[in-house]
Amino acid sequence: MRLEPKPAPSLAVTLLYPVGAIIVTFLIASLLVLAAGASPFSVFYLVAKGAAGSQFALLETLTRATPLIFTGLAVAVAFRAKLWNIGAEAQLYIGGVVTVVLGTGALPLPSYLLIPIIMIAAMAAGALLLLGPAILKTRFGVDEVVTTLLLNFIVLLFVSMLLEGVLKDPTGLGWPQSSKVIAEAQLPRIIQGKRLHYGFVIAIVSAVICWVIMKKTVLGYEMRAVGNNKEAANFAGIPVNRVLIKTAILSGGIAALAGFSEVSGLKGNLTLDLSPGYGYSGIVVAMLAMLNPLGVIASAIFVAGIFVGADAMSRTAGVPSYIAQVMVATALLTMVTAILLTRYRVRWK
Amino acid sequence: MEQALEILFTASFWVAAIRIASPLIFATMGELICERAGVLNLGIEGIMTAGAFAGWFTVYSGGDLWTGVAVAALAGAMFGLLHATLTVPLGLSQHVVGIGVTLLATSLTYFTYRLALPQVTTPPKIEPFQPLPIPGLSKIPVLGEALFTQTPLTYLAFVTVAVVAWMLYRTPIGLAVRAAGENPSAVEAQGISVTGLRMGAVMVGSALMAVGGAFLTMSAFNSFFFEMINGRGWICIALVVFGSWRPGKALLGAILFAAFDAYQIRLQQISGGVVPYQVFLMMPYALSILALILVARRATYPKALMIPYQKGER
Repeated sequence: MRLEPKPAPSLAVTLLYPVGAIIVTFLIASLLVLAAGASPFSVFYLVAKGAAGSQFALLETLTRATPLIFTGLAVAVAFRAKLWNIGAEAQLYIGGVVTVVLGTGALPLPSYLLIPIIMIAAMAAGALLLLGPAILKTRFGVDEVVTTLLLNFIVLLFVSMLLEGVLKDPTGLGWPQSSKVIAEAQLPRIIQGKRLHYGFVIAIVSAVICWVIMKKTVLGYEMRAVGNNKEAANFAGIPVNRVLIKTAILSGGIAALAGFSEVSGLKGNLTLDLSPGYGYSGIVVAMLAMLNPLGVIASAIFVAGIFVGADAMSRTAGVPSYIAQVMVATALLTMVTAILLTRYRVRWK
Repeated sequence: MEQALEILFTASFWVAAIRIASPLIFATMGELICERAGVLNLGIEGIMTAGAFAGWFTVYSGGDLWTGVAVAALAGAMFGLLHATLTVPLGLSQHVVGIGVTLLATSLTYFTYRLALPQVTTPPKIEPFQPLPIPGLSKIPVLGEALFTQTPLTYLAFVTVAVVAWMLYRTPIGLAVRAAGENPSAVEAQGISVTGLRMGAVMVGSALMAVGGAFLTMSAFNSFFFEMINGRGWICIALVVFGSWRPGKALLGAILFAAFDAYQIRLQQISGGVVPYQVFLMMPYALSILALILVARRATYPKALMIPYQKGER
């Protein structure tokens, strides 16, 4: 078996394979639904209804998509330069920590000053957190996959320590949670009385900014060059290590905004279950979007829809909601295969 | 202070260290085989989860313990086949596929667990492997107790290291596997299929990872619960680097690491809550990062690690 490059694929082919990947994902999920003794059609109907069947469902999906856009962007920019940031989960939590440290009354400022200050501080903290593994990679050649993964565990324990120590809410009845952020540190809701908040708007703006950086700036060009071929980029005079460091700062900063947005816009305080794995799901979001920052918006909404829809479905149909995670992981693997097949033809001898 | 040192000379401490090392030894050998053949297997964390569940569930449903180990190994090999199909002949990114396999294996395991046991709140226990003292040897003070009063699965872990070392360095197939990770075109020139070697190595390696996971449910905690692997897979990847891709050194690294882990648990008890317990729990992860930094300069990665091989391409 061998792979042969195809001549520039037509638009139809470029779209055909990814659509095929999604279909295959649903077929595999159907097998699991059948194993659970339910009918795939009614289950997928319930998932779709739970994700987009009403105004409430749709807003809930967009709310869930918000942190995924941030983590998806963080992964997309990093992976473009082949900086394997698997630590978005940790960077998210650090963003949350900074938000409650500055947002629970330490800075008595009006909203229009306080929120930007918290955002910048959160981004700086997230950037610093990824800077460590990035420097270890560029200076010592330590693989960043393992260091960022291990940091996820360290940071979660660190947050747990803070929540049982200095950041513990004195009125929290002993639960490991922080105090609520003050009103000035809260992102307003987009629609009064609904959960969707301005973090979603910030996420969209971030995606546009990332797209501009990737497509229209020198840094974006350099990041793509480093990602495509490090040696060639180095030969062409691109400062590879410096580009990787800049990428780390950008990626870590964006991931931290996910934590900021969840605390300041949705939860109001920091707990140990702030993120049900948004950092890891961000990898899937980024890959489904083929690392395109604008595509991240669509794929984050798609992934969020599956999560929200599966939660609603499992309450009525009795199929475990973990099917959502299975579908998302399957979609990742089928999608990378589909992207390969648009570029190469498989020849059997 | 004295108390902190005394721990090191108790047999119970070393017994615990070897027990903690056992799952790491299996999984580290598994990862080592994959990487020696040129494939980084980041599916390890999820494959260990799947193995932990598969072994436990087999026994829970009435199978005997060794059947459980075999089922776990088979489940691991299947995920290995998936990983290998995508990364070897198709040459997809080993980073992305590995993370994908971890996510898939973990979520599929949780889904199956919830499907099989919808209403449980406390995870049911199984009758695990029992310690099997080796007559004579187990009477040697400290060292003998530590090594020879373990469960059969721990003995199997040590046998695995010997077999892996012997296979890699003393058999033609081991030579071919190592060459596939260093200089694949040379292997192909001998008329041996690099694709076949790498796929085989990833499947065998993944089976070992799954047995490592099964150790946790069948010889340590006796039940399956969510997030029980808790980063052990990632630590094993660090251990492979720390052991410079050699089975013996990696074994030593795993035992050292486990001794440290057992030590921090005991320190935690005598520190009496002055230091937050999370600091102790962070140590194994921090230690892994430190170990990576220490060996980074002299690390000699298999030369073709993470480089897909296409027949006929240079």
